[in-house]
Amino acid sequence: MSAEEVAEPRATRAPARPARPAPLAAPMDLAALIADPDTRILVCCGSGGVGKTTTSAALALAAAEAGRTVVVLTIDPARRLAQSLGLVELDNEPRQVDVPGAKGELHAMMLDMKRTFDDVVVAHSTPERAEAILANPFYQSLSSSFSGTQEYMAMEKLGQLRASEQWDLIIVDTPPSRSALDFLDAPNRMSRFLDGPMIRLLTAPARVGGRAGLRFASAGFMFFTKIISKILGGQLLRDISAFVAALDTMFGGFRERATATYELLHRPGTWFVVVATPEPDALREASYFVERLSSEGMPLAGLVLNRTHPPATSALSATRAEGAAEEVTEAGGAGAELAAAALRVHAERMVQAAREQHLADRFTSAHPEVCVRTVPATSGDVHDLEGLRAMGAELTGPDADTPTGTPRTRVLPARRP
Amino acid sequence: MRLHVVTGKGGTGKTTVAAALALALAAGGGSVLLVETEGRQGIAQLFDTPPLPYEERRVAVARGHGEVKALAIDVEEALLDYLDMFYNLRRAGRALRKMGAIDFATAIAPGLRDVLITGKIKEAVTRRHDGRPVYDAVVVDAPPTGRITRFLGVTAEMAELARSGPIKTQSDGVMAVLRSPQTAVHLVTLLEDMPVQETADAIAELTTAGLPLGSVVVNMATEPVLPPAELNRAARGLLTGADLAPALAAAHLPGGPAVADALAAEVVDHARRWASQDALRDEVEALGRPIVELPLMAGPMDLGSLFEQAARLEDHLRAEVVERTGA
Repeated sequence: MSAEEVAEPRATRAPARPARPAPLAAPMDLAALIADPDTRILVCCGSGGVGKTTTSAALALAAAEAGRTVVVLTIDPARRLAQSLGLVELDNEPRQVDVPGAKGELHAMMLDMKRTFDDVVVAHSTPERAEAILANPFYQSLSSSFSGTQEYMAMEKLGQLRASEQWDLIIVDTPPSRSALDFLDAPNRMSRFLDGPMIRLLTAPARVGGRAGLRFASAGFMFFTKIISKILGGQLLRDISAFVAALDTMFGGFRERATATYELLHRPGTWFVVVATPEPDALREASYFVERLSSEGMPLAGLVLNRTHPPATSALSATRAEGAAEEVTEAGGAGAELAAAALRVHAERMVQAAREQHLADRFTSAHPEVCVRTVPATSGDVHDLEGLRAMGAELTGPDADTPTGTPRTRVLPARRP
Repeated sequence: MRLHVVTGKGGTGKTTVAAALALALAAGGGSVLLVETEGRQGIAQLFDTPPLPYEERRVAVARGHGEVKALAIDVEEALLDYLDMFYNLRRAGRALRKMGAIDFATAIAPGLRDVLITGKIKEAVTRRHDGRPVYDAVVVDAPPTGRITRFLGVTAEMAELARSGPIKTQSDGVMAVLRSPQTAVHLVTLLEDMPVQETADAIAELTTAGLPLGSVVVNMATEPVLPPAELNRAARGLLTGADLAPALAAAHLPGGPAVADALAAEVVDHARRWASQDALRDEVEALGRPIVELPLMAGPMDLGSLFEQAARLEDHLRAEVVERTGA
C-alpha cells in the first residue's frame, strides 16, 4: 500500500477491503529479441517527445554489436545525434555507420518524405507522366503537408528496405505525431482517401454517373463539388482532377500498396516496442497503442518507460530525508549545509520516483500482460555512439542487474507484502 | 498585446503554459479566452472540467474578477458556421456532414482546417460588444513548433491552392490580424537539445513569414538545491560520500557510508543535470527574445501549480511592458 493510499480518507460506507498491491510488471528481454535471427522488424512507437529516435538508434547499435546486420530508419533525429550517425548527406538512402569492434553492421538513414513520395511516382510511371504529377500543385501540397504523408512514407520506406533483403534487422522510428496510433492509421486513411469513391466522384462525376445505384450519390456530389469549388476555388478541383487521372494510369492503386506494407507489420518476425515517459499523457497514448496492437493481433515486445529517476538508495524515504535535513542543519558543523542540501536532493528524487512508479503501476494494472523496461534519464542529451551504447546497456541489460538491486521493471523496489 | 499564440515542441508543456498565461492575463480583472486547436481536450483536463463543447465556457476565475473562458474549436462545426455565415448553407452543410463530405473537404485541403481555426481565432480577437472588445486577450494553445508557421501562414498556402474564391479573401483578413503588433507568438522550450534547436528553427521561420514573436518560455527548469561552488564541484564528479558522511553521522542518521555514497551519487546527478541545462541557457539567450523560466513542478500538475506558474508569467509580462514602454 502506498503512502498516498494510506493518507486518503476511507469511504464511509464501503467495507474496508484489504489493499491489493499493484501487479508486478513482467521483465522485457530486449537483448534476446534483437539477437534472435527470426526478429526482422522492430517498430518503436509512442507519442512525440518520449525518445523514440534515441531508443531506436540505441537498439540498432546494440543489435549491430550483437552481430546483426541492422538498418535504423529514423524520422526526425536531433542534429547532433544525426551527425554522430553520419546522417549528414540527405540522400534518403541508408549509410553504414562506423562502429569500431562491432560484430555486425549498423546502417542508418533519415526519412525524406517528399523524396520517398517522388521516388514512388517516378518508379511507377513514364517519365512524361511523372513530370506532370511532380509539377501538379495538388501533388506538391499532398507530398509535403498532407497529414499522414510522413507516416505513409515511413511505411513505404520500410517496405522498400524489407524488400531489398540487404539487412536482417530493420528498426523503425515512427513520426513525431501526437498519437502513436497515427502510424498505423494514417497510411490507410490516406489510401482510402486517394482511392476512395469521394475523390473519384468529385473529380470525374461523369465516369461513375452511369453505374447503377450511384446515381443518387452522384447527384449529391455534384452539389458537393459546387460547394467545394465555391470555397476553395475551381483551380484546386482541376488540379486534383488532373492528379487523380495521372495516378489512375500509374499503378495499381494506392490502397493495395498501403495494404501490402501494412501486411508487413502482421508478418511473424515483426515486433513493436512502445516508448513512453513517466507522464500521464505519454502513458495514456501508450495504453491506446497497446490496446490497438492487441486488437490487431500485432506482437508487442513491451513498454520502454524512458527517462525515469530511480534514487541511488531507497533506504531513506522522502519524509525521513526532509527530517534528517533539518536535523543535520541543527547539528551544524563542517559540511552541514552540503549534507542538508544532499538530503533535500534525495527527498525530491524520492517524490519524483514515487510519482513515476505510481504512474507505471497504473499502466500495469490496466495492462498486466505488458512487459516493462525502465530506462533512467541521463543528465544530458544522448548525441554520440557512447551515449547510445550506454542507453543500449540500459535497454538490454539483465533485469535484476542494477547497482541498487531494484529490478529494471521498476523505478522503486516493490513493497514487501 | 491581445492575441497570444503559444507553441512548442511536443512534450514541452505548451498547453500548461498557455493555460497559465491565460490566468496571468486575467489576473486583475481581465476577460481572457483560451483556445484549444488540436482537439485533445488538454485544457479540460488541466482545469479538471468535463470535455469542452464548441462553445465558450468559463473554466477559471482569477484575482480581481478576472475570468478565463475556454473554447475547443471543432473544425466541422466551424465549417458549418462558415457555410452559414457566407452562403446561408447550414442545412446543406449538415447533410454533407452526414455523407462524410466535410471530413473529405478538410482532407483534400489540409490548409482549410487551419483557415477555419485561425478564422475563428480572428473573430474572437476582433469581436466587440457595445463598442468594446469582448476579450481583453485571447490565448491560443497552438499546434507544435514544427507546424506553427504553416498553421499561422495559411494564406500563402491557400493562395497557392485556392487562387480565387472567398477562402482567399478570408485568409487575407486573418493574416492582417496575425501579422499585426497586437499578436505575439510565444515559444515554449525545455533546456534540452532538440526543443532548443526547434525553437531556433521556428523563430527563423516565423520571422521569414513576417509573424510577430513574443517570449521564449523555458519550462520545467531544474532549480539548483546546492550552493554554486558545491554545484560545480559535484558536476565535475568530485563530490563523494566522504564529503557528506561526517555531517550525517553527527546528526545520527543511520545507514553509514552506503547511504552517504548514494546521496553523493544523487547530488552528482542533480548537479550534472543542472549543468547540462545551464549550458543550453546561452543558446536560449542567443535567440534574442525575452525569456521567462518556469521551474519543474515535483508533483502532478494541478490548478494550484497552474496559478503558481501564472504568477511567474504575470511578473514577466509586467517586466516586459516596462521594458517596451521604457525603450
